[in-house]
Amino acid sequence: MIKVDNLTKLFGPKRAVDGISFTVERGEVLGFLGPNGAGKSTTMRVITGFIPPSGGKVSVGGFDMVEDPISGKRLIGYLPENAPAYTDMTVSGFLGFAAEIRGLRGDAKKKAVNRAVEMCFLQSVRHQSVETLSKGYRHRTCFAQSIIHDPEVLVLDEPTDGLDPNQKHEIRGLIRRMGEKKAIIFSTHILEEVDAVCSRAIIIDRGRIVANGTPQELRQRSDWAGAVTLRVSGMTANVVKEKLSQLRTAKRVTAEAQGDRITATVFPRTAGEQDLTREVLEATRSWPVEELHTEVGRLDEVFRSITLPDTAKEQAK
Amino acid sequence: MNTWANIKTIAKRELGAYFSSPLAYVFIVIFLLLCGFFTFMVKPTLLDRGQASLTMTFFMWHPWFYLFLVPAVGMRLWAEERRVGTLELLLTMPITTWQAIVGKFLASWLFLGLALVLTFPVVVTLNYLGSPDNGVILTGYIGSWLMAGAYLAVSCITSAMTRTQVVSFIVSLVICLFLILAGFQPVVDSMNEWFGSRVADAVAGFSVITHFDGFQRGILDSRDVLFFLSLIGFSLFSTSVILRGHRAG
Repeated sequence: MIKVDNLTKLFGPKRAVDGISFTVERGEVLGFLGPNGAGKSTTMRVITGFIPPSGGKVSVGGFDMVEDPISGKRLIGYLPENAPAYTDMTVSGFLGFAAEIRGLRGDAKKKAVNRAVEMCFLQSVRHQSVETLSKGYRHRTCFAQSIIHDPEVLVLDEPTDGLDPNQKHEIRGLIRRMGEKKAIIFSTHILEEVDAVCSRAIIIDRGRIVANGTPQELRQRSDWAGAVTLRVSGMTANVVKEKLSQLRTAKRVTAEAQGDRITATVFPRTAGEQDLTREVLEATRSWPVEELHTEVGRLDEVFRSITLPDTAKEQAK
Repeated sequence: MNTWANIKTIAKRELGAYFSSPLAYVFIVIFLLLCGFFTFMVKPTLLDRGQASLTMTFFMWHPWFYLFLVPAVGMRLWAEERRVGTLELLLTMPITTWQAIVGKFLASWLFLGLALVLTFPVVVTLNYLGSPDNGVILTGYIGSWLMAGAYLAVSCITSAMTRTQVVSFIVSLVICLFLILAGFQPVVDSMNEWFGSRVADAVAGFSVITHFDGFQRGILDSRDVLFFLSLIGFSLFSTSVILRGHRAG
């Protein structure tokens, strides 16, 4: 449904987006990750037709966003960053306006507004002026606007920004449910959200795509993928470290003492190594192990290792 | 048909925005007070003149009232949208930039028209006191409304240029002041003296005063109508260029 082909956007001499290509099909929820200023919002603005690209092509539902933007825009629901809304209108007035401009009139308009109000839990504030709403409600009002016409494509720029944990949970559930029938692309800083909602994630940094895959695939790129963490008591850290370091598939071992408990982590030679857990189990059969588990990999670590500037990477080491 | 439906939706929202804030009421009250005051209290007043005409006592002041009232109405049109961020929302909806510009402009213009219509007690009074030529009064009103539209279109440009309403207000006020002064008699006389009558006439041709003159005397000259309409058209076109410029980055 969304096709981005070699998209480039220049702001003066600055390359905000530098040759990005990806597609999103119906039934997919694409998470858009990246540090601040990586070009996430710019990409979304080009997809929604707010700003024209400097190079490359963007099409939505087969309509080129430069040549036939109106047809493309009809298919899109968009939640811009910071969720702007007309502050001088009431919630239902604002949603009614959004419905009307999407060509919904009379009964269809009323139904669409009611549906959006219900889906975004706005019943208690529907006759209130947007100006008087708290941030969470205002955010959901703008979200409601984006789904008012039940669009086939949803573009959401940080949809859970500024919401409390309960509201975040609701919105994530909503996105996941809608993702079954729509093509959704959303940006976020929160990595747990990617696990909770996305079928696929893209990490962009300085205008380029640096990783693209399912959350599981991305996690596999972490040093932590396949690592084994165990807790033992009644042994010294050095002994634990020495013994575990001898394992065939172990790359390095960290061990830390907390009172008389030792927490040790064995990192695999290759990410996602399957044999490591078995080897550790065999080696520690006679030890007083209290807890042992295999790590699935950490997204935040992948994110950091990919997007940190090279100098900062060296410092981190 | 779709085009008109979109324009109507935008205009409706915009008009709603005026009346949900105190701006609309403040504007109407001030405009009516000014009109009443200048017509009946500033000498020579309507009664002093003893003529059943609104030209010198009512319409004459309109270019000056509009000078600061219309930029106040127009300043929020785009500046506010940009400041709050709703511009992004508006322009990603399935409408063209033109539909948005025309819709917003028409809403404000209708609003100014409403304020103008509410001065009807002046006309009623005049008809009670004497027997004026109501045709002349009608063309006066048409001219006044066209002139308000021209000021408003200028305010559209300045509003699209900035996020700050005050900046928009001041800049459009200065431009509108030029539109008045270029045809203001004392200025025209000095221009005559400095540059000769040809230059003075050319400059005066840009003035709203020059083109408003005919309407006040009951003449509906197509050239005057065309002047105001082309000023509006040009300004709205400039607005679209400026909006596109912001988006291109």
